[in-house]
Amino acid sequence: MGFTTSAYVVAAVLFILSLGGLSGQESAKRAVWYGIAGMALAVIATFIGQSANGTLVNVLTVLMLVAGAVLGAIAAKRVQMTEMPQLVAAMHSLVGLAAVFIGYNAHIEAARVIGLDEASKAALSGFAAILAHKDAVELSILRVETFLGVFIGAVTFTGSVIAYGKLAGKVDGKAKKLPGGHLLNAAAAILSVVLLVVYLQTGSSIALIVMTLAALFIGYHLIMGIGGADMPVVVSMLNSYSGWAAAAIGFSLSNDLLIVVGALVGSSGAILSYIMCKAMNRSFISVILGGFGGTTGPAMEISGEQIAIDAEGVAAALNDADSVIIIPGYGMAVAQAQGAVSELTRKLRAKGKNVRFAIHPVAGRLPGHMNVLLAEAKVPYDIVLEMDEINEDFPETDVAIVIGSNDIVNPAAQEDPNSPIAGMPVLECWKAKQVFVSKRGQGTGYSGIENPLFFKENTRMFYGDAKASLEKLLRLID
Amino acid sequence: MKIGALRERAEHENRVALTPDSALQLKKLGHDSVVEAGAGARAGISDDAYRAAGVEVLGDAAAVIAAADVVVKVRGPEPDEAQTLKDGQTLISFLWPAQNPELLELFRQKNITAVAMDMVPRISRAQKMDALSSMANIAGYRAVIEAGNQFGRFFTGQVTAAGKVPPAKVLVVGAGVAGLAAIGTAVSLGAIVHAFDVRPEVAEQIESMGASFVFLEFEANQDGAATGGYAAPSSPEFREKQLAKFRELAPEMDIVITTALIPGRPAPKLWTEDMVAMMKPGSVIIDLAAERGGNCDLTVPDQRIVSPNGVVIVGYTDFPSRMAAQASILYSTNIRHMLADLTPAKDGVINHNMDDDVIRGATVTKGGEITYPPPPPKIQAIAAAKPKEKAKELTPEEKRAQEAAAFRKQTTTQVGLLVVGGALMLLAGLYAPAAFMSHFIVFVLSCFVGFSVIWNVSHSLHTPLMAVTNAISSIIILGALMQIGSGSWLVIILAALSVFMAGINIFGGFMVTRRMLAMFQKS
Repeated sequence: MGFTTSAYVVAAVLFILSLGGLSGQESAKRAVWYGIAGMALAVIATFIGQSANGTLVNVLTVLMLVAGAVLGAIAAKRVQMTEMPQLVAAMHSLVGLAAVFIGYNAHIEAARVIGLDEASKAALSGFAAILAHKDAVELSILRVETFLGVFIGAVTFTGSVIAYGKLAGKVDGKAKKLPGGHLLNAAAAILSVVLLVVYLQTGSSIALIVMTLAALFIGYHLIMGIGGADMPVVVSMLNSYSGWAAAAIGFSLSNDLLIVVGALVGSSGAILSYIMCKAMNRSFISVILGGFGGTTGPAMEISGEQIAIDAEGVAAALNDADSVIIIPGYGMAVAQAQGAVSELTRKLRAKGKNVRFAIHPVAGRLPGHMNVLLAEAKVPYDIVLEMDEINEDFPETDVAIVIGSNDIVNPAAQEDPNSPIAGMPVLECWKAKQVFVSKRGQGTGYSGIENPLFFKENTRMFYGDAKASLEKLLRLID
Repeated sequence: MKIGALRERAEHENRVALTPDSALQLKKLGHDSVVEAGAGARAGISDDAYRAAGVEVLGDAAAVIAAADVVVKVRGPEPDEAQTLKDGQTLISFLWPAQNPELLELFRQKNITAVAMDMVPRISRAQKMDALSSMANIAGYRAVIEAGNQFGRFFTGQVTAAGKVPPAKVLVVGAGVAGLAAIGTAVSLGAIVHAFDVRPEVAEQIESMGASFVFLEFEANQDGAATGGYAAPSSPEFREKQLAKFRELAPEMDIVITTALIPGRPAPKLWTEDMVAMMKPGSVIIDLAAERGGNCDLTVPDQRIVSPNGVVIVGYTDFPSRMAAQASILYSTNIRHMLADLTPAKDGVINHNMDDDVIRGATVTKGGEITYPPPPPKIQAIAAAKPKEKAKELTPEEKRAQEAAAFRKQTTTQVGLLVVGGALMLLAGLYAPAAFMSHFIVFVLSCFVGFSVIWNVSHSLHTPLMAVTNAISSIIILGALMQIGSGSWLVIILAALSVFMAGINIFGGFMVTRRMLAMFQKS
């Protein structure tokens, strides 16, 4: 036991260092190894700690682990960087489901152990032995913990599956609710609380199973009701949930490392969600409740027209420009245009132009999504800047290129107090001397809001698929 | 009623207040006209032309005054001329009541109804009788023509076989009627025109005429518009900014036309001696404000002078008179419109309706009383610009106070949370067993560590962060490992599945993170 605990301490420290190391690109490369080492240590120590396991069980464990490893490695190798949000969501669902299973195991074991007499209890080993030592109060607490773990795990599971579906385009990205809306969620939540009381009193399996179904429904319905534009918040929220689920399971298994790591992951996800919400100037509640809130008045009339431009025009402007800021959005990811963007950047920089990227905190479908895509396309990270770092530079910029982003460059957020996105911090690209918007067609963004930027006098619309447009442009930049 | 037009006595005044055309129009209102012999001669209108229009030509001024009920003139009468007016007669002309109180006093004594054409309010309805505007229009046009006369080069740029000619650069200061007319004329001659005005709302008008607005970066209130569409005096800081801008422009400009006037004040000095010294020899300054002292330091009213560095400064005050034919047509039309308003029934009977804003505004004496100044106009000429909301500049003390308040608030929040949290802990500790509490402490501390560590993660690494936290959240595998050995087949199957799923996560999560991080590179 002593060995396992000391290994846990080391593992916990490694995990904290791993998360802390992500403060910079260079230290992050080291930080991953801390995380890997911590995980390896924790798994091996636990494995060795279960010395009473039979050979068959050990073989099974290793087999399962190897199978999982192979599958995980294949997924990690194959995944496109643009598909990163789906992958992360899918992985969250696995953690959620595992939490449910482990919670059920704790329930089954507890029921079994209680039924045993003193002599048999003494003969138990491993997890069952820990259970056997618990008194009545501790057992009630165990039930609460198990119940919570299963609940959060189940919500995480279906929520992540739906988030995966939406991100992968397999489920419609629009916010959808069953008739009854959030009342259904509230009803399911209340039902779960009632079942908790029942379960606490009786330890009935049926209560646990019904609650699981209710939680699965909550996860499904909650995420179905959230629009695609809010996905960065959803994914980090689910990330947070998977952490809390692990922590709750840690409580029921009396495992401190599970608690520590679960709390780390849980708080990390919570902070990320908070950062994302702040970047959209919305409260966490309003994101969870889904869709954009009701507007308070008619939206501002937009006058003017969208003026189109061809690749030659854009190329001429770029050849003349000294400073260029590129604003990528989800559209760049969809069109897989990051490579073309990178090539354009390289060409322009070779001509001595000051090319930079402006990244809005909620660009894309995952926190930091754009950074990863640009990094994949070998855009140096020191010219990729955050909104706050670059927003003041637009007035001195010759050309701003908006590639597949919409709401994050919508001037209505500042100009129209009635706009649904009013008050959301946006990239003020319209202050640049010229703005080119690469866009598939004349449609609105994910939030369905008309964008006055497209109608501004210094804005030209560069219609077409982002990748094709940029490749056409590349040939014209000499 | 009989309308009588006098010959102008002033030496350089060529205009006349009545033309044959306007006399014909007055006839339709029921008015007959008389004119002093030779009144139109300098504007190119012979006595015969008047006679042909049915106007009676009388030998001298006294005869006209004796015959007419209403006397029309261009310039206000000289004192001796005013003395000859009849008791109860109406006089319509420029009067400048603010500058000529003695004249008003004389009119009052003689019970003369005096209508000042320069006092017509600047409202839309009165535009047809706004003689100041019609004369300013002529002045603006003529100023450019005069400048072209004095300036030794083309206005327009040309590339000829004999060489390249640069276009003339013209600066128009003050975009009132005269300024805008000057802009239009200069632009149509092919010059590059810049224009400045203290009222930012005229920028649009300036640009519509084809000039570029000289924009002044001035934080506070650039709004120099007073009521009635005229400029108001500006603050010293603003003036300094303005002069600095002019100094910047002076060396480039070939022609400067200044038209800046503030009602009831001497013309502001905007083009100082040093600016003149900075200009190229052969450049021309036309000072349309010369009559009121001039916008340029060196201006001498009614004269053309040449500065030591060869800049021509024209201070003529009689530009409209220099185009007497055109000016007389426009002015007589203004007079005719005024008379039309005074005879609403078109029956030849003057009904001096003092309730009419326009007539009330223009009338300076009536019925033995001085009615100048008029009450302010009810309608504003130009809607006042909406006052801009401005964030209040905080003094350092206020800022400190604010920071201190924010700090105090933060402290209270934190202390409050700690107290509430602590109380909850104590409550839990009273009921929960010690084993639970020891785990709980670990949990709370981990949350704290998590919060403080994650805040430092850079934005661009949020996706790797999610991948890493996802990978390490599969620490839940420990639970499965602990359970797999003990119990029923169901437990073993569930635990084995959990190990499998967590395994996917561990390897997939860490590998994908490594892949992502490896891509980040410095330029």
